[in-house]
Amino acid sequence: MNLIDIRRICTSVEDIFHEGGPRAAHPLRRGSIAAVLSNPYAGRYEPNILPMMEALNPVGLDMAKRLLAAMDVPVSAIQGYGKGAIIGAAGEQEHGALWHVPGGYAMRELLGWKGDAEAYKRGDAGASGQSGNGLAIVPSTKKVGGPGTTLDVPMTHINAAYVRSHFDAIEVRVAGAPRPDEMIVILAMSTGARVHARVGGLAADAIAKWDGLR
Amino acid sequence: MPAQIRKIIVQVDETHREMGQTIAPPTRRAVAIAVIANPYAGRYAAQLDELIAIGEELGGLLGQRCVQALGITPAQAQSYGKAAIVGEAGELEHAAAILHPKLGAPLRAAVEKGAALVPSAKKMGGLGTAIDVPLGHKDAAFVRSHFDAVEARVHDAPRADEILVAVAVTDSGRPLPRIGGLQASEAKGEDGLR
Repeated sequence: MNLIDIRRICTSVEDIFHEGGPRAAHPLRRGSIAAVLSNPYAGRYEPNILPMMEALNPVGLDMAKRLLAAMDVPVSAIQGYGKGAIIGAAGEQEHGALWHVPGGYAMRELLGWKGDAEAYKRGDAGASGQSGNGLAIVPSTKKVGGPGTTLDVPMTHINAAYVRSHFDAIEVRVAGAPRPDEMIVILAMSTGARVHARVGGLAADAIAKWDGLR
Repeated sequence: MPAQIRKIIVQVDETHREMGQTIAPPTRRAVAIAVIANPYAGRYAAQLDELIAIGEELGGLLGQRCVQALGITPAQAQSYGKAAIVGEAGELEHAAAILHPKLGAPLRAAVEKGAALVPSAKKMGGLGTAIDVPLGHKDAAFVRSHFDAVEARVHDAPRADEILVAVAVTDSGRPLPRIGGLQASEAKGEDGLR
C-alpha cells in the first residue's frame, strides 16, 4: 500500500515591509508550504506507525525545495525555519509527531547541514560534530483540528536557537482541510529577523559556539 | 501618492486529488494580497481619488504576482476575482473605490484579454477577517466549470487604518466539474458572457 496520497499543496509567501516603524531596506520574506495528505492510520489505533515516518522523507525534501523555489531566494538567504502538523479528527496527536524527523531533516539537508542522518534519526545528532548550516533544532508544533484550523508555526534561527531577533511564528491555515482522515504537514522558512527586532539578546552575527544553540 | 504597502502575501493552492480522483494536472488557484494604509481612515472624504489610483496600481501588481506564482504565461490564466476588507476606521465605499473604477484594466493586462467582468466581494473587518474571493472565467462569465471562490485571510490585518486588497488568478476551473452548462472550450469570449 502506498502510504503517501497528497490531495493539496498550498504555498504562501509574504513580504513584510514594516509593522508601523521604519520601512525595511530589504523586506522580510517568510514562506510556508502545507501538504494535505491522507492519514493512513485514521480511525484506529495502530501501534506501529514508523513506516509512515520513512515514507514522509521524500515528501519533506520535495516540500522544502518547492518552498525555496516559491520564495525565490538563494538557499544562502534562509535564516529562520520551523515546522508543524495538523491532524484531522479521526487521527491522533502522535500521527503529527511522525513529521518531526522527515520535516526537520528535509530543511536542514536543503540548507547544507553536514550532520549524520542516522544519528539524527536516533536523536543524538548533536554529538556527531556537525558543521554547515541548519545547526539548530527545527522548532515545531502540532495539533488535532478540523477543516480550516490555524496553526502558529514557531520559527527560530537556523544555526543558533537562542538568537532572539529570529524568534517568530507564522500562521498557516488551509481552508477546507484537514478532513477527519487527513493530516497537514507544514514547513516554514524566513530570510531574516522580525522586521522591527529590538529586544536585545544573542544577535545572529554573534553566534560563537556553533552548537545549534548559541 | 502610491500605495503605502505594509505586507504582500502570495499564496498558491494546488488540488492533486479530490474525492478519491486524481487531478492531473492539478487545479491551481493563486491569490495575491496587499495590506495598505487607508489614506481616508477616520474621516469622511467626498472624493476618493487616492484609493482609485491605488486600485489601478494594485490591479497590475497583484495580478502580475499571481501569474508569476503560478509560473504561467498571461494567456494561460483562466479565471479571476478581486476583493477588499476595510479596517474599522474606514468605510465600505473605500473598498469600492479601490476595486471598481480602475483596478480591472491593469489586471486584464496581466492575464491577457479578460473580456468578462471581474467578480468581486467586499466587507468591513478586523484582524484575521477572512474573505471569500469569487472567481469567474476571465473571458466568458457563464462558463460554469470556473465558478469558484478562494479564501483570503491575513492574521494581523486589516488594522483599523488599513485595507486588505486581494486579487485571485487561476490556471484552471474546479477540480471535478460535472454540472454541465457552458464549457470553456465552447466560449467565444467576445461579449464577456458566453
